[in-house]
Amino acid sequence: MREITFAEATMEAMAEEMERDERVFIMGEDIARQGGIFGQFKGLPQKFGFERVIDTPISETAIVGACVGAALAGMRPVADMHFVDFITVAMDEVVNQMAKIRYMFGGQCTVPVVLRAPDGAARSAAAQHSQCLESWFVHVPGLKVVIPSNPADAKGLLKSAIRSDDPVLYFEHKDLFRMKGPVPEGEFLVPIGKAKVVREGTDVTIVSYSATLHKALKAAEALAHEGIQAEVIDLRSIVPLDKETLFASVKKTGYLVIAHESTKNGGVGSEVAAVVAEEIIEYLDGPIKRVGAKFVPIPFSPALEPLMLPQVEDIIAAVKESL
Amino acid sequence: MSKMHLLDAGIRKKWGSSSPHFCWFKSSFSEKTTWYNYCNNHVIKNCQFPPVKVPGEQKAMIFVGGVISLDFPREQLKAFYRTMYTIRSFEERCNELFLAGKIPGFVHLYIGEEAIATGVCATLRKDDFITSTHRGHGHTIAKGADLKKMAAEIFGKSTGYCRGKGGSMHIADFSIGMLGANGVVGGGYNLAVGAALAAKMRKTGQVAVCFFGDGASNRGTFHEAMNMAAAFKLPAIFVCENNQYASTTPYRTTTSVENIADRAVGYGVPGIVVDGNDVFAVYEAAKAAVERARAGGGPSLIEAKTYRIKGHFVGDPELYRSREEVRERFETDDPLKNFRKQVLAANQLTKGELEEIEEQVQEELNAAIAFAEESPFPEPEELFQDLYVEGWGEACGK
Ligand SMILES: Cc1ncc(C[n+]2csc(CCOP(=O)(O)OP(=O)(O)O)c2C)c(N)n1
Ligand SMILES: [Mg+2]
Repeated sequence: MREITFAEATMEAMAEEMERDERVFIMGEDIARQGGIFGQFKGLPQKFGFERVIDTPISETAIVGACVGAALAGMRPVADMHFVDFITVAMDEVVNQMAKIRYMFGGQCTVPVVLRAPDGAARSAAAQHSQCLESWFVHVPGLKVVIPSNPADAKGLLKSAIRSDDPVLYFEHKDLFRMKGPVPEGEFLVPIGKAKVVREGTDVTIVSYSATLHKALKAAEALAHEGIQAEVIDLRSIVPLDKETLFASVKKTGYLVIAHESTKNGGVGSEVAAVVAEEIIEYLDGPIKRVGAKFVPIPFSPALEPLMLPQVEDIIAAVKESL
Repeated sequence: MSKMHLLDAGIRKKWGSSSPHFCWFKSSFSEKTTWYNYCNNHVIKNCQFPPVKVPGEQKAMIFVGGVISLDFPREQLKAFYRTMYTIRSFEERCNELFLAGKIPGFVHLYIGEEAIATGVCATLRKDDFITSTHRGHGHTIAKGADLKKMAAEIFGKSTGYCRGKGGSMHIADFSIGMLGANGVVGGGYNLAVGAALAAKMRKTGQVAVCFFGDGASNRGTFHEAMNMAAAFKLPAIFVCENNQYASTTPYRTTTSVENIADRAVGYGVPGIVVDGNDVFAVYEAAKAAVERARAGGGPSLIEAKTYRIKGHFVGDPELYRSREEVRERFETDDPLKNFRKQVLAANQLTKGELEEIEEQVQEELNAAIAFAEESPFPEPEELFQDLYVEGWGEACGK
């Protein structure tokens, strides 16, 4: 299969969906003329025009709110949030409007909006350009939350997100944009709500997603040298959570470690741990371990930044503590 | 120029002693309708919309109606009255029913502000969009909603517009472009911008009207929405209902300008101040703005001066204003009274015709409320209904 980058895969998904459905358009800051900070929109306006690839004012509430309004008026908008950190500026639009409108109005409408949010620490971007905020949205009924870890899923999940009649938050890690991998050409959909076992094992389940998944895989490899066979699950969707895949694995291995880059406290790991503890605790043979960022804003200095982020060694240590 | 003086005096009485702004009005005393643009006693005849601006003038235009009722066909006049009277009576019923303990939650009444929704929505097509506020019954009725479904929703019944999920503060009817009342003050601006963007992209000729309050004008979303709509030349009309108060706070204590419409200058769009208790003035101002929007001219900001007659919500002890103030405003400037006075004086409608409308409306309301009272509450199974299109909400929630 031909290999393309994560950024190219998202672009292919955008282009295919815009081709397929003229109601699809994208807006955001610096996406049309510049092509996006990570080059993820390069060439799109040349194909679809500046009317469908829209450079907006620096107005996050208007970007998200207008996407919701346009969706109510029959469009299928996609917004680029520039950096996930700025979604904070539009929380009313995300949480009170986008997420609730369908339910609150008794199902009279659908809200097919996708918010694309580049996240994650990369190259000392410091406290306001480095966060992973996906956990916040686990708490909001009405949203779907997806978070790919590789180019193929990036394409397949973005296409599914655009076709979803419910609003979707699509998180894309900045460190992944240049990652290359095999991506099917043409129609390729990854269903929302389906996790994937990316490495089979029998001794412990490591649940992860996004860029941290690759650290989990490295940890699993290292553990294999010590005779510990870890099963690694890529969640891919956080809402809805694929409990079936998760439970099947935990039932098999009896041990659970969850690793992600967002803050450990109150993170997705806490939710996964709680669900497992609540529903299938009898299958657990050891304590659940969570690996996440430390409870501190992300520091600038290259000497400090790595200290607060979860590393391969942290995942290995967590597995060993659990077993 | 005695008419000018009258207008000038009228403006000062209603809107304070701020220096005379642009005054823009239509006269039909002669055979032909003439538009005037007036500034500091200079009159420019036959002006276009937006009216010619005097260089250096940095304020919104004041739009005065008053004499223009003579232009309207009788059916339109009847429709105005029917809508205004329906809103007034619907709200009076809500007031009673709330006090009788039959309506859960909060209810914010639109009494005293009926001419705004009525005048604006009369200029709209069925497929045009509006976004509304916590005080949204009037907008919903004026856009043509079904009273039965409205009443049922306010009662929390499963036959309501939102199957009882929304209540008074969250009524919507997407089949008539009513994109929802909003419990978040200032939450509607951007939705209207998006609807206008969709209309522009699809070249449907639709426009989107955003109703909002004087209090809401101080939300940051006002700025983002106004600028985006203006920068993209979207067919959006922003209608500020300046009812003098944001909850308990007089707007002048929290708002830096006398006229909220003066802010239009900062966005390069027409700003129009209009007597919000004069349905004809509102209609004319809205019509001009809607026509401009449909023709690709971009957004306008209309500020309709009015007064909230009832408390902020039903049950508000109203410690922030005197009863005399309310009484005086209601007695001297009630939009329904204003309308009746004008059309009766001009012999355009008879008292009998008005009464006939009133009877019909009361009957319709009786039926709507009976429907709401007799309707069932939602079943427990409906709790998760309509959360997600795929319907796996329950699995998520458990
Ligand atoms: C964002 C937000 N802040 C505060 C409130 C609480 N609140 C509800 S209505 C209201 C006053 C709104 O005043 P205005 O916009 O003038 O509308 P009016 O009630 O006068 O129609 C306030 C403060 C809210 N609902 N939303
Ligand atoms: Mg107010």
